[in-house]
Amino acid sequence: MANRHLTPDTPELRARWGQFVFTPAWDAKAKAAIARYPEGRQRSAVMALLDYAQRQVGEETSTQGWLPIPVMEYVADYLDMPIIRVLEVATFYFMYNLVPVGKFHVQVCGTTPCMLRGSDDIMDACKARGMEKGHTTNDGLWTLTEVECMGNCATAPMVQINDDNYEDLTAERLDHVLDELAAGRQPKTGTQEPGRHTSEPLGGPTTLKEMVTENHDYRGEW
Amino acid sequence: MALADKDRIFTNVYGYQPWNLKAAQARGDWDNTKAILEKGRDGIVEEIKASGLRGRGGAGFPTGLKWSFMPKEPSPAKPGFLLINADESEPGSCKDREIIRHDPHKLIEGALVAGFACGARAAYIYIRGEYIREAEVLFAAVEEAYDAGLIGKNACGSGYDFDVFVHRGAGAYICGEETAMIESLEGKKGQPRLKPPFPAGAGLYGCPSTVNNVESIAVSPTIMRRGAAWFSGFGRENNHGTKLFQISGHVEKPCVVEEEMGIPFRELIEKHCGGIRGGWDNLLAVIPGGSSVPLVPAAQIMDAPMDFDGLKELQSGLGTAAVIVMDKSTDIVRAISRLSYFYKHESCGQCTPCREGTGWMWRVMERLRTGDAAVEEIDMLQQVTKQVEGHTICALGDAAAWPIQGLIRHFRPELERRIADNVMEAAE
Repeated sequence: MANRHLTPDTPELRARWGQFVFTPAWDAKAKAAIARYPEGRQRSAVMALLDYAQRQVGEETSTQGWLPIPVMEYVADYLDMPIIRVLEVATFYFMYNLVPVGKFHVQVCGTTPCMLRGSDDIMDACKARGMEKGHTTNDGLWTLTEVECMGNCATAPMVQINDDNYEDLTAERLDHVLDELAAGRQPKTGTQEPGRHTSEPLGGPTTLKEMVTENHDYRGEW
Repeated sequence: MALADKDRIFTNVYGYQPWNLKAAQARGDWDNTKAILEKGRDGIVEEIKASGLRGRGGAGFPTGLKWSFMPKEPSPAKPGFLLINADESEPGSCKDREIIRHDPHKLIEGALVAGFACGARAAYIYIRGEYIREAEVLFAAVEEAYDAGLIGKNACGSGYDFDVFVHRGAGAYICGEETAMIESLEGKKGQPRLKPPFPAGAGLYGCPSTVNNVESIAVSPTIMRRGAAWFSGFGRENNHGTKLFQISGHVEKPCVVEEEMGIPFRELIEKHCGGIRGGWDNLLAVIPGGSSVPLVPAAQIMDAPMDFDGLKELQSGLGTAAVIVMDKSTDIVRAISRLSYFYKHESCGQCTPCREGTGWMWRVMERLRTGDAAVEEIDMLQQVTKQVEGHTICALGDAAAWPIQGLIRHFRPELERRIADNVMEAAE
């Protein structure tokens, strides 16, 4: 959790974000999140509200969003909790962006299971397109981050871009995904391996074959 | 003996069929759940105890026994909570994701059954933040269950009120530790608490809480329907049941598959993964239970039974049954060093041995990778891992130490070779 630093609190930052309030849609989601916890425990919703705030900032800036200090102050007020407690949460959890990011946040998994399946090539393919780890490209399109295990190990290597995973990658398959995104199209998500559905063995499942074609009920065989 | 499809619990694990309530019910979920609840708290706990189910999150603690720790008479001022650990972040693990996105109703029904058995008033499912699409499915499935009257007031017509809530994390491996998860649910940094008090005494909001892995919860309704004897009929003594294995790395066909506990490693790989890449002679080592357990060299693992005790005998562990296979092309020192980096990245920073130790161990590992070290430093590293292990509030320190200890135990000649090569290169 080290090496995470807040963007400095400047008059310009205040001028841009000091008036931040949730839009009605995000406000409704925030209220629904608070309702999931017992009365007086609204602070439990801080993680959800920071996510919503980051997403709203993303909408307003056509990026994946981040958390300027005035926005975190708004969340702290909203939940009636000290700002330092909100800052602690925002700096502790890796998914909160403390600096602006691009339109596409390319998160390459580099942990051992992905590494064994070729995540070095995936990282190189990103770099070959001008991305740099921990930076956003000058056109504001791409932010590259190396992340820790994303739980897609049986379909490694993978990247998560914004809210979607792209799995079973090669450098060429990743290039195709990135080309599509750059062109404003939505590529197929999930595994990029032709003929593979999800995490079954390539070539078709070795178990539960009936399920491929019908919603089989095995209870009759119990 | 091979596990038959009819005895597999997660029949939609690959998601060929829809996850929704109607499809799940057609597969047998939510079938007269009321009858399960009518067995009473003790009836359910005893059945789960008798089934031999051990926690699927890594530690393997008997699930029924854990449930029995919850207070018999919950006080209205301190209601009980069931906390379901879906913060799957252990490198190699990718099973809870498949349950949540393809069979979420097994988890939600399990939440009701387990929550009832624990005397809990609500369950929180803590799903890791990166599982964004998976969380969308889970939120929708919970809503379906509410709309159908399966959870909420008078759940399944049982007269029992039980809520299920989803809580999204935001990217912190440590929140898979039960007390860190509780801190995180309370809206704080996920830093583990000292135990005691244990969660069953004082957990979420100071109330009695039970923390279980997704898989442990999701299998419980099927165990209740088919009976303890059915479940305990699989696997060896003390290692019963079926298990989702997740095989990654250098096999021909990595996959997630449900198999009988104790299946020999070779059979698991041959049957479902198309063998080792380059053949069995090309196998170098296996991390059999997720990144936290020590690696096992090829010769020892090949015919080992894949269960808690079988792998413990090899000084490793079943963990989450996340099997990371490495063939002879692997830079084994780098593979373990990358895990050291993972633990450095994920240390919460609370305990000094872990906060400082994980970074130190990673830096030494990186030097050992290139051979830029002295032979004595291997021993020093071994000593430091022993000083981190067991000297921290939670098990992350242990988890960071074990992979390195496993490497030194089995691959010390390789470490020394790199140092010698490096010295020779410098001399030339």
